Amino acid sequence: MIWQPAILSLQVTVLASVMILLLGLSLGIFLARKQFPGQIVVSTLLNLPLVLPPSVVGYFLLLALGRGSPIKEWLGIDLLFTWQAGAIASAVVALPLMVESTRAAIANVNPELEAAARTLGSTEWEVLRRITVPVAYRGILAGFGLSVARGLGEFGATLMVAGSIPGRTQTLPLAIYDAVQMQRYTLANVMVLIMTTIAFVLLWWVRHLEAQHPHNRTQRQPQLQKRRHETHRRDSKTASPLRSGY
Amino acid sequence: MKLIVEIQKQLPHYDLDISFTVEGETLGLLGSSGSGKSMTLRCIAGIETPTQGTIALNDRILYDSHKGINLPSRDRKVGFVFQHYALFPHMTVAQNIAYGLRGLSKSATHQRVTEQLKQVQLLELGDRYPHQLSGGQQQRVALARALATEPDVLLLDEPFSALDTHLRSELEKQLITTLSSYRGLTLFVSHNLEEAYRVCQKLLVLDQGKVVAAGDKQVIFDRPGTLAVAQLTGCKNYSRIQHINRYTVRALDWSCILQTVDSVLPVHTHIGIRAHQITFLDTLDQIPDQPNTFPAWVVWTSETPHRMTVYLKLREPPIDLDDYHLQAEVFKEKWERLKNRPMPWFIYLNSDRLTLLQP
Repeated sequence: MIWQPAILSLQVTVLASVMILLLGLSLGIFLARKQFPGQIVVSTLLNLPLVLPPSVVGYFLLLALGRGSPIKEWLGIDLLFTWQAGAIASAVVALPLMVESTRAAIANVNPELEAAARTLGSTEWEVLRRITVPVAYRGILAGFGLSVARGLGEFGATLMVAGSIPGRTQTLPLAIYDAVQMQRYTLANVMVLIMTTIAFVLLWWVRHLEAQHPHNRTQRQPQLQKRRHETHRRDSKTASPLRSGY
Repeated sequence: MKLIVEIQKQLPHYDLDISFTVEGETLGLLGSSGSGKSMTLRCIAGIETPTQGTIALNDRILYDSHKGINLPSRDRKVGFVFQHYALFPHMTVAQNIAYGLRGLSKSATHQRVTEQLKQVQLLELGDRYPHQLSGGQQQRVALARALATEPDVLLLDEPFSALDTHLRSELEKQLITTLSSYRGLTLFVSHNLEEAYRVCQKLLVLDQGKVVAAGDKQVIFDRPGTLAVAQLTGCKNYSRIQHINRYTVRALDWSCILQTVDSVLPVHTHIGIRAHQITFLDTLDQIPDQPNTFPAWVVWTSETPHRMTVYLKLREPPIDLDDYHLQAEVFKEKWERLKNRPMPWFIYLNSDRLTLLQP
C-alpha cells in the first residue's frame, strides 16, 4: 500500500525535476541576462503559482491540458488524470523557486569574469557553459533543491489535473490525505515521516550549499580571511560601471 | 604593431571623445577617476561599444561605425587585465591560464602554462585556486592568463590599484620585465602618475573624456602646456598671471614678479612650478636684487618618510596657517640644514623651471 504512492511520487518528481531544471535554468538565465519590454509582467506571471491557491493553478492547468487546449485538440495527447499531468502540476508550482534562484545567482556573477572570458576567445555559449553557470552553480543547485522539495509536496493542483487514483496518480501527499480520511493512522504516520524526512534532507542540503558559497568560504579558513577581504575590496569607481552603462 | 583609436561615446556624466595612435611603445593613459581612461580600454577590448568612430589594430579593423564593423571581443586578440583580477574562481591557476589556449594538444597546453607560470614566478602554485592566493599573486596570474594567448595588444586597467604599496612596487618591477619580452602593444591605465611614468614611455593624459596631452612622458612632465595637465601630472604650485612684457609676468596669486625663459603669449593665463623645483638659497650675501628671488616665511610643514613638504609665504610673514603661496618639497637631509635658520629664508624660482600654462 505504501510502495505504490512512493514509486508514483518518485516518478512524478523525477519528471517534474527534469522540467524544472530545463525550464527553470533557461528562464532564469534569460531573465538575468536579457532586458526586454514587459519583463516585469513576465516575471510576475512566472511567480503567480507561488501565491495563487493550488485550485486556481489546477484550474488553469485543466484549461491548458484539457478539452479545447492545443495539446488535446491538435496533438491528440490526453494528459488529464495521468501521472504525467501530476508531474506538470508539480513543475509549474515549483518553477518560480527555481527561476528566481537561478536569476539571482546568474545576476550575481561578476560581469568582469564574463568579459575576461570573451577577451580570451570564448563565444557567448562557451561563456555561459564554462563561466557563468559554473560560477553560479551553488545558487542554481540551491534553487533546484528547493523546487524539488516543493514539487514533491504538491497536492492541490495535482489533485485537480491528475486526481487521486490509487496506483495510477496517487502520490504520497494524496495518499496521506486518503489514509487520514479512512482513519488508517499507522499508514499515514509512516508516509508523513517519509515526506518530512525527505523535505528536511533537501532543505538541509540547500542551506548547506548556501553556507558554502565561495564568498563565505573564508570562515572555514581563518588564515586567508584577511587576504580575501583585501581582494574583494572595491572602490566606488569600478564596482558599478558595467551595470550602469557608465 | 600599430593601434589607431578614434572613438566617441556618450556617457551619463560626460562624452568620451578620444583619438590616438600607438606604435611599439608602452602607452600610459593617465587621468583622474571618471576621465574615461578605463572606458577607452573597454572600448578597445570590445567590452563596451562606442557610439561612433573607428578602432584599427595593424591592418585589422576592430570597430568601424560607418562600415558597421564591430568585432566581438573573442576575435580582437586583446589581453585584458582587470583592476580586481577577474580570475575564474572555480578553476585552478593553471586552468585559468590555459583557458584562452585553443587548438593545442594537451602537452603543448601544459608547456605553455608552465612557461607562463615560470615567467610570473608562480610555478609551484598551478594547482591552487584563486581564493588561496594573495592579491599580488592573483594579479600575476591574471597577467599570465592574458599573455598566454599572445594577444596583439595588452590592456592593463589599473592593475595595481587594489594592492598594498609594497606589493605594488614589486609587481610593477615584474611587469616592466615581462613587458620587455612582450612583442605586442601595451596600454596601461593608471591614476597614479609616478607609476605611469615608470612603466610607460609615452603618455596620454585624459580629462573629462578628452585627450588633454599626448606624447613623450618627459616632455609632458617638463612642459605640461595647460593647467589641467600640470595638475594631473602633480604640479602643486600655479598662479594666475598678468603680462608685463615678453619675458616678465606678475604672478597674481603669489604677489610677485617673475622672469621667464619662454616668451609670454596672450594665451598664457597661469604659471606653475613643481614643488621639488623650488630652490632654497644657502648664501645670504648676493640676494636682494636677483630676479625671481624672494624672502619667504615657513607657514607650516608636513612630513613624509623621506621628504618634507614646506608651505611658504612670500615677501611677508603669514597671518594664519592657510596663508601660504607655495609648497616646496625638500629631502630630509636638506631640511635638517635649513630648519634652524632665522626667517625669512630666500627662495629662488628658476626661470628654466617655471612653466607657462594655458587654461
